[in-house]
Amino acid sequence: MIDVGLGHYLVVSAILLVLGIFGIFLNRKNVIVILMSIELILLAVNLNFVAFSAALNDLAGQVMAMLVLTVAAAEAAIGLAIVVIYFRNRGSIQVEDVNLMKG
Amino acid sequence: MNWTLAIPEIVLAGIGMATLMFGVLRKQDSTAMATMFTIGGYLIAALLVLTRTGGFGFHGQFVSDAFSAFNQILILSGAALASIMALDWNRSQGIGRFEFPVLMLLSTVGMMIMAGASNLMTLYLGLELMSLALYVLAAFARDDLRSSEAGLKYFVLSGLASGLLLYGISLVYGFSGTMDMASLHDLLMKPESVSPGLVVGIVFVLVGLAFKVSAVPFHMWTPDVYEGAPTSVTVFFATAPKVAAMALLLRVMGTSFASLAGAWQMLVVIVSIASMLLGAFAAIGQTSIKRLMAYSSIGHMGYALIGLAVATAAGVRGTLVYMVIYVFMTAGTFGCILAMRRKGRAVEKIADLSGLAANDPMLAMALAVFMFSLAGIPLMSGFFAKLYIFLAAVQGGLWTLAVVGVLTSVVGAFYYIRIVKIMYFDAPAERFDPRPASLSFVVAVTGLFTGFFFLFPAPVVAAAQAAASVLFR
Repeated sequence: MIDVGLGHYLVVSAILLVLGIFGIFLNRKNVIVILMSIELILLAVNLNFVAFSAALNDLAGQVMAMLVLTVAAAEAAIGLAIVVIYFRNRGSIQVEDVNLMKG
Repeated sequence: MNWTLAIPEIVLAGIGMATLMFGVLRKQDSTAMATMFTIGGYLIAALLVLTRTGGFGFHGQFVSDAFSAFNQILILSGAALASIMALDWNRSQGIGRFEFPVLMLLSTVGMMIMAGASNLMTLYLGLELMSLALYVLAAFARDDLRSSEAGLKYFVLSGLASGLLLYGISLVYGFSGTMDMASLHDLLMKPESVSPGLVVGIVFVLVGLAFKVSAVPFHMWTPDVYEGAPTSVTVFFATAPKVAAMALLLRVMGTSFASLAGAWQMLVVIVSIASMLLGAFAAIGQTSIKRLMAYSSIGHMGYALIGLAVATAAGVRGTLVYMVIYVFMTAGTFGCILAMRRKGRAVEKIADLSGLAANDPMLAMALAVFMFSLAGIPLMSGFFAKLYIFLAAVQGGLWTLAVVGVLTSVVGAFYYIRIVKIMYFDAPAERFDPRPASLSFVVAVTGLFTGFFFLFPAPVVAAAQAAASVLFR
């Protein structure tokens, strides 16, 4: 058995963050997957906060993690609402269809 | 625990909730009354900001000083101008609902919290309160495909930016052990407490905030969102949130990470140069005036970032003066864009302005003043904004920034002055609908400020000086 230390948590969280970012930029399928990727990024951050909080023996990190959880819930609600009105107008939530305005 | 420092925010939030209840419970359409209430709320909040004492509240989570007061007043004025202009336009486009001013107000509360944040936790709270309301506003015309697409794009990219910012905050917290900006400042004065993990965290924080001020290379959302969102929302996007994000950037970099200026200065210089160049060149080929203003705002954020790159109180003063002038000239320009309506339908092509001088000389003159000011022609306020910021850059020894800034202003002048040429020398197109009084009022106020700023720059500059002296100590 190896000891699980702060470093392991940070590596897992960094991997989750990278997965989330790639999920947003490489994903060509569905807008819902993008919402999931954003949640993944926020979860990576939460893992970081909790791990640091335990390692530093300081409660502020856990308070922040709770704050991020509530904000993530609000953000997901608004995101899904926007996806719903987008679907009503466009009839599709494929990422490649989100192209009315060229950036 | 001194909660009385947050009374302006608390009162404003209370007025927002009350207006929401009022709008829900009243049977008839209450859009006009809700707008009046929120504008009254902005006035009350501004008075409360001006009369409140300085100090830290909520165990150091929240600060009231000259810097927060300066930015909060500016945010409140931007929001008030945007609300005044929105009412009539929303009605004419069939999206006049009472939630609109309330959402604007809630987002403004978030921005005020951002300006007064003295802890990374408060910073995030304010930022999200602002962003969540802005997502809804961008998609407010819910039966319009372009608006919902703008909302979707803004949501995804802004959510990503918030995530990156938060990841940066978590690294800063983990490698320093505190999220309090003042403690971070004291801690980082000692070189041995600076670790690579902390610097990575600072870069993430910088990236997240650069996204919010729409600086290159994090600007991709700006043109699409500006174009797609209803114009009344675009006005708001272009003014108050930019001030709040810039205030946050200045505050974070100027207090907590001030002693590490050597580590982040180069990044800000690159971002600033890239924004100025893109703002100058990408706007040339645009046909939609809203898209042109989006690129223009990217360029202006590049100029404003020069003040941060200098990393001195003089630089911050330059940025603050720039933001004041930027808010007023942008609000005025959008006031003119909102007046572009034919038979009740909004038009937004640059070609639609053709020969405006013959049809509506007053509007053409106002828009010409704003265009000259955005280009930085002397005696207009935009010239003084650039003057202060380039002076700070030269004093700080950042000659490259000053030279690039002057050159990109020359390029930018081309497309601003082309609009003046189209208005004055091209064949008149069909007339626009008569302007509503609210638009004329806003355009007149901002136009007088922009045109006659050179007569009374002292109060603004003195207030900016007092605000800037809080940072980079």
